[in-house]
Amino acid sequence: MAPLDQILSRRTGAVLLALAVAFPLGADWLGQGFYVDLAARIMIFALAASSLNLVMGFGGMVCFGHAAFLGIGAYTVAILMDAGVDAAWIAWPAATAVAALAAWLIGTVSLRTRVVYFIMITLAFAQMLYYVFVSLNAYGGDDGMPLAARSALPFGLDASSDLTFYYVVLAILALAMWLMQRLVNARFGRALQAIRENETRMEAIGYPVFRIKLAAFVIAGGAAGLAGALVANQAGMVSPGLMYWTQSGSLMIMVILGGVGYLYGGVVGAALLLVAEEYLSGLTLYWQLPLGILLLAAVLYARNGALSLATRWRHG
Amino acid sequence: MSTVIEAALNGVQFGLMLFLLAAGLTLVFGIMDMINLAHGSLYMFGAYLTAALVEPTGSFLLAMLVALLATAAIGMLLEMTVLRTLYQRDHLSQVLATFALILIGNEVVRMIWGPQPRRLALPELFSGPVDLAGIQYPSYRLLVIGVGLAVALLLYLVVARTRGGMWVRAGASNREMATVMGVDIKRLFTLVFGLGALLCAVAGALLGPLLSVQVGMGESILILAFVVVVIGGIGSIRGALAGSLMVGMVDTVGRTLVPGALGTVFSPSVASNLGPTLASILIYVLMAAVLFWKPQGLFPARG
Repeated sequence: MAPLDQILSRRTGAVLLALAVAFPLGADWLGQGFYVDLAARIMIFALAASSLNLVMGFGGMVCFGHAAFLGIGAYTVAILMDAGVDAAWIAWPAATAVAALAAWLIGTVSLRTRVVYFIMITLAFAQMLYYVFVSLNAYGGDDGMPLAARSALPFGLDASSDLTFYYVVLAILALAMWLMQRLVNARFGRALQAIRENETRMEAIGYPVFRIKLAAFVIAGGAAGLAGALVANQAGMVSPGLMYWTQSGSLMIMVILGGVGYLYGGVVGAALLLVAEEYLSGLTLYWQLPLGILLLAAVLYARNGALSLATRWRHG
Repeated sequence: MSTVIEAALNGVQFGLMLFLLAAGLTLVFGIMDMINLAHGSLYMFGAYLTAALVEPTGSFLLAMLVALLATAAIGMLLEMTVLRTLYQRDHLSQVLATFALILIGNEVVRMIWGPQPRRLALPELFSGPVDLAGIQYPSYRLLVIGVGLAVALLLYLVVARTRGGMWVRAGASNREMATVMGVDIKRLFTLVFGLGALLCAVAGALLGPLLSVQVGMGESILILAFVVVVIGGIGSIRGALAGSLMVGMVDTVGRTLVPGALGTVFSPSVASNLGPTLASILIYVLMAAVLFWKPQGLFPARG
């Protein structure tokens, strides 16, 4: 079980942030500029996985359709751009808002079910949306659609530069993680974690259980939508595949791998999975085999994810 | 009229194949409380093994029988080595582990048989159509319906009428009590898993000539099988049969009849595009509706 108090100390936070800020310079110096792109991708998926972790780890709601919100965010940016709106300060908040709205609708229905049924109903909604976007021929249908360019950033920043984009993503992730830390340690977050432990008791004490769970679901949906907006920008295209169940599965894998209910579980998991994918696919054509074996070993030997290992090691 | 009947027959045929997958899945889910995403991989193995064995054996039937036994053996081996350790773990660990098994399974198939889809030819005897009261219907699909019905009946008899089946039902409704009453749960689980794998292989072999045999074929059908399991009620064979026929019908009827019906309202190109989408969406709407009104599924196994 993850500990209740999870505050990244200012010192650790500052060191990590400094490392992340310095990373592109180091990569550039080594002539490995390509890694800046990978790191940005990791941070985007860290945001998406962390949002899932809020629902799954802190709220105990195993959502198997989280990629739906990722896809909705991505498509919002793409469709707005198609309509001529390319300003990031409009498109990105819009992506967040549309995904949050979708989460509110889906959550209102899904949160009436429990455990396994919740897994399946969230999956069902994501698959519905997947097929809706497959059928939208105006927006590329099955193949998806390319973006004309990256969103236009304010303050004269140029998003088409990978370096600028990296720092924008880093700023968003850092802000999001800071907010999440505040959230899970606030009254709302404590109530959410208590509901995960004993819903009936929280109901009896008089907490608005359904509303708290729904609020967490909506916040997570919005954050995933923002991650989706970034995914669309980085890849330069959107496709229904972003919403397919294997994408939801892969977000879940990231959280489980990093540590369910650990504040930084999503970040660590996204980094582990994407780095392993990148490394193994460079090594062999059949990279999914060693990846599968690694994941299997992780389940069998690192029971609650990488961060639980670290905690166990620290506490003896 | 004839298209309606043909669509209905296709629906039954697809539904029965879904049932073969869902039956094993619902038992594993119901008895062992285990989410097995790798169930679709066994289906893929069944299809690939049949496709690979048709040439050396020279007979579809023989190839299929060998593939069935081999897949059942793979399933039991998997249960004894990896899955057994996961029963006591939470659902999330099971999801991660079986997702890993999907990756491994896909890659092993790709390493052995290559990335290209394989064609599995129709058995010679059933390559032509038959005349059903004026409707030309492929005899192979009729065979699939026949085999599907026979297996469903057999499964029903085994589960409802034999001692082993009684253990399975006891395990599904209350695992602790079944153990206390002296059921060797460990061996039972292995056997149930082998049976589930065998049924997967039957579906894989039979659907092989109709769909293409390719890597990833398990993932798309797996989710449909889960939908069936949830609609029918986890752990219930009867529910799995009802659910799979419903899903098979909705899918096939939506694909073939909805475009025609829409064609009267929209332009043909819009209708032909919207039909399959609506069919796919309808399946999930069906599931969401069932869960909304009957959260335990249509035939809950646990009382």
